[in-house]
Amino acid sequence: MNDTLDSLAGITPGSALDALRARRPLTRAHSQASHDALFTPAEPGAVSREERAALAAYVAGLHGDAVAAAPHAARLPAPLAAAVAAAVEETRAAGPYGRYPAGPLSVEDQDGPPFALSSGTAAALGTRLAAAFGHAHLLVYHPRDAAPAAQDALKHAGWSADAAVTLSQIVAFLAYQLRAAHGLRVLAATA
Amino acid sequence: MPDTITPPAEPNVFTRDQIGWHPWLPPLEEAELTPRHLAALVDAARVKSPYFRLLARDPEALEHRTRTDKDIFLNPDAGAPRAERELAATAASRVNGCIYCASVHARHAATYSKRVEDVDRLLAEGVGADLGERWNAIVEAAAALTATPPAFGAKHVTRLRAAGLDDLAIADVIHAAAFFGWANRLMLSLGGTRP
Repeated sequence: MNDTLDSLAGITPGSALDALRARRPLTRAHSQASHDALFTPAEPGAVSREERAALAAYVAGLHGDAVAAAPHAARLPAPLAAAVAAAVEETRAAGPYGRYPAGPLSVEDQDGPPFALSSGTAAALGTRLAAAFGHAHLLVYHPRDAAPAAQDALKHAGWSADAAVTLSQIVAFLAYQLRAAHGLRVLAATA
Repeated sequence: MPDTITPPAEPNVFTRDQIGWHPWLPPLEEAELTPRHLAALVDAARVKSPYFRLLARDPEALEHRTRTDKDIFLNPDAGAPRAERELAATAASRVNGCIYCASVHARHAATYSKRVEDVDRLLAEGVGADLGERWNAIVEAAAALTATPPAFGAKHVTRLRAAGLDDLAIADVIHAAAFFGWANRLMLSLGGTRP
């Protein structure tokens, strides 16, 4: 069996890492089922399949993971794939940064770049996706800055509460999947 | 009786204390939960949790998130001891800045390891705290994997092996830290420690 995480981590059937993953069959099965639920849902509901793929390509791009971004980008019409790539270029940073509630942890506060798209890229994405990308940028790079206003911004762009949960799941799941793949890839490569 | 109620202060330090979490979007009401929602909650007691009733708005994603979580932390077949999986989760939460998640998993790490002072040192000093070589190696690896883009590399694997972890244990630490990339972002984006 070769699943998405195997593909991302370069794990081949019969390899040492394949055997390690086989020791955690439920982790393996439900990591893949999470991927399928978020990216090939039977009923996409409040977030279309195209919106899911665009968000995934953007989040992988923010992680600097072109290999993970490619299959999601391949599901997009070319102009939208180009807009997603432009959004990555315009907003790529490093994390985590952000601020704590005022107090002893304030000495650990770190500023980072705000989310800012060029007007051309924002127009190409449209209001809904631009807002979803803004939320993704917050969660990928500075999740401790999340506040109720971020949910208000999604709502004003037309995303329902159901959609907001799915958007957060997509961004958060990819944060897991890309890190698990990265870690396993490094483990396999370290003699 | 006082005629004004002072809201509880927002926690502004990392702590093992019980702290609250309040959703910023409306959870489903208990009365609206269908059999599909109830199955997605996995544990029946979670119908009382606003966090899980909010995630139930996407039941497929919730169910598989929960089953992934349980196996990463609870699978008893060898690998890293539960305490070290919880340590990795606490370190990831400390780096991302999820005070709520860190409180829960610091309690678990302290319970399963009995090393309360070391866990408190991690919370107070951050991921540079000196917790002894084996825990230092785990915390350093979890912190590196938590960065965006991930900074986890061969030197972390080498240090973990030298500290006595076999590759299944290292894979467990990787999954536990990576999973908190997921869990922290849900907790931080869908609600917070004050209403």
